[in-house]
Amino acid sequence: MNTFPSSTFFSAPPDWGWLIVLYFFFGGLAGGCYFLAALIDLVGRPEDRPLARLGYYVALPCVIMSGLLLTLDLGRPLRFWHMLIESNTFRPMFKYWSPISVGAWALFIFGIFALISFLAALVEDNRLAWPAGRKFRPPGMLSAVIAMVGGFFGFYVAGYTGVLLAVTNRPIWSDTPLLGMLFIVSAASISAALMILLAHRSRWTMPAVAALHRVGAWVGALEFLVLIAVMISLGPVFRAWLNAWGLLLFFGVILVGMWIPFALYWRKDWLGDRNPTAAAALVLVGGFILRLVIVFSAQQV
Amino acid sequence: MPEPMGFYTDTTVCIGCKACEVACKEWNQLPSTNGGQNTLSGDSYDNTRRLDGIHWRHVKFIEQFTENRQDGRWLLMSDVCKHCVKAPCLEVCPTGAITRTEFDTVVIQSDACNGCRDCISACPFGVIEVNPASGTAQKCTLCYDRLQAGMEPACSKACPTQSIQFGTISDLRNRAQKRVEQLQEAGEKRAYLYGADEKILGGLNSFYLLVDKPEVYGLPPDPKMPTRNLASASWFSFLGAALVGLMGLINFRNRGARVDAEEAQR
Repeated sequence: MNTFPSSTFFSAPPDWGWLIVLYFFFGGLAGGCYFLAALIDLVGRPEDRPLARLGYYVALPCVIMSGLLLTLDLGRPLRFWHMLIESNTFRPMFKYWSPISVGAWALFIFGIFALISFLAALVEDNRLAWPAGRKFRPPGMLSAVIAMVGGFFGFYVAGYTGVLLAVTNRPIWSDTPLLGMLFIVSAASISAALMILLAHRSRWTMPAVAALHRVGAWVGALEFLVLIAVMISLGPVFRAWLNAWGLLLFFGVILVGMWIPFALYWRKDWLGDRNPTAAAALVLVGGFILRLVIVFSAQQV
Repeated sequence: MPEPMGFYTDTTVCIGCKACEVACKEWNQLPSTNGGQNTLSGDSYDNTRRLDGIHWRHVKFIEQFTENRQDGRWLLMSDVCKHCVKAPCLEVCPTGAITRTEFDTVVIQSDACNGCRDCISACPFGVIEVNPASGTAQKCTLCYDRLQAGMEPACSKACPTQSIQFGTISDLRNRAQKRVEQLQEAGEKRAYLYGADEKILGGLNSFYLLVDKPEVYGLPPDPKMPTRNLASASWFSFLGAALVGLMGLINFRNRGARVDAEEAQR
């Protein structure tokens, strides 16, 4: 009873539940899709732009969903603005050493970029009459700046959640510095998967879709390595995963979310045309279970 | 500016009467659990179970008995917020709701807290939780309202054995050190102070005299600041972003170059 692998085992769980799991998932999708879209805009060819626009179309609803989920999770949802404005003085509230504080600002700023890029994508698709909006799409310096700054904040939103968990005193979360890295890599992986699914649904065959497949596979492999590094870095605290959560992590995340999609990527004859979409769907499932395991397992220690 | 104030809790004279719990609940008007219906925990005489949003004092009952129960002892300890000099909860609070008072104590302003619960996971002692009545994180205020009126906190005032002592930190440390020496001279060599010096989070303004390892009392042996991971976690995240960016760059650009080359051959 008196042997604990870490002093973190004496803290209390914050009761972050399903809303936070969903927020981590949608926040990862929002940031990841925007980042990939921005990358395609920056280095891709003009014919790749439908895929970039797809990323922006996904990013905005996901970032709105993220804000709603975070607000609903608060004990006092109507006080959500206290994260940005100090309620006693009405001055801006910002603590660079508090990941939630920086993350709230990052989410707010990223939301603005996601909205601009979403509207500009509509303009480029001739679905919105806003002549000035065309300036925000490539080519052009303004569109490049939007893509770079928005992409930065997008990835920040996708990754700060892992840093947030590390900057606590809960077991697992604060016993490894690698959760932010894991969340960022996983965000790229699930975002590539979602964009692949949507691109296949639209029967797009532009070369960037094939490139996205490769990015998904490479990032998936990196995610697996980072997850193993997380497990090693936990040291004796790893025993907190020697239970049903560990099984879910192995079967749900590693097997279903990584190994089977890898196999489907390399053995293209297995499911024929459905190989890429099946792999992408499994990556999304694995990415969700990853966040589920990390959020819940550390609170049930 | 008043001197730093706090609690010194001598666990060796606690009798487990829970007067501190009752006084705290009464003064701070904290609601009862289950609408006042008592439920037994089955864990010794401890039915409070833990500190949370509506229990800001918690008397722990630790039974140390041999299997045949012919020999043993009770360890009793009235637990409370430690009002750390370097407070993890205050450090992470994103709304500025948690502040340090003129008495060097740590207080959550309920009207500013929005219930994000980051402070709960940051506190290494498991002190803070949400009070369901307010929807905000709450904990011991070291009776800030009483202190401002020149009064003693309700719990120490009610303690019948002076297990909980209130005063200036410098005075409490002197008293506690003398008590440790007295106990050791009397043969209780295990007596020591937990949190009285600056080793634990810069010092605990609510510190303890213990006669066993901190873990036995449910206290972390080596509590740390949550921001210890901030720099390393941030750098690893940037590394992850850079690697993903590089992978995207290589693939999208390679594809472009390859297609360009194919087109040129045609």
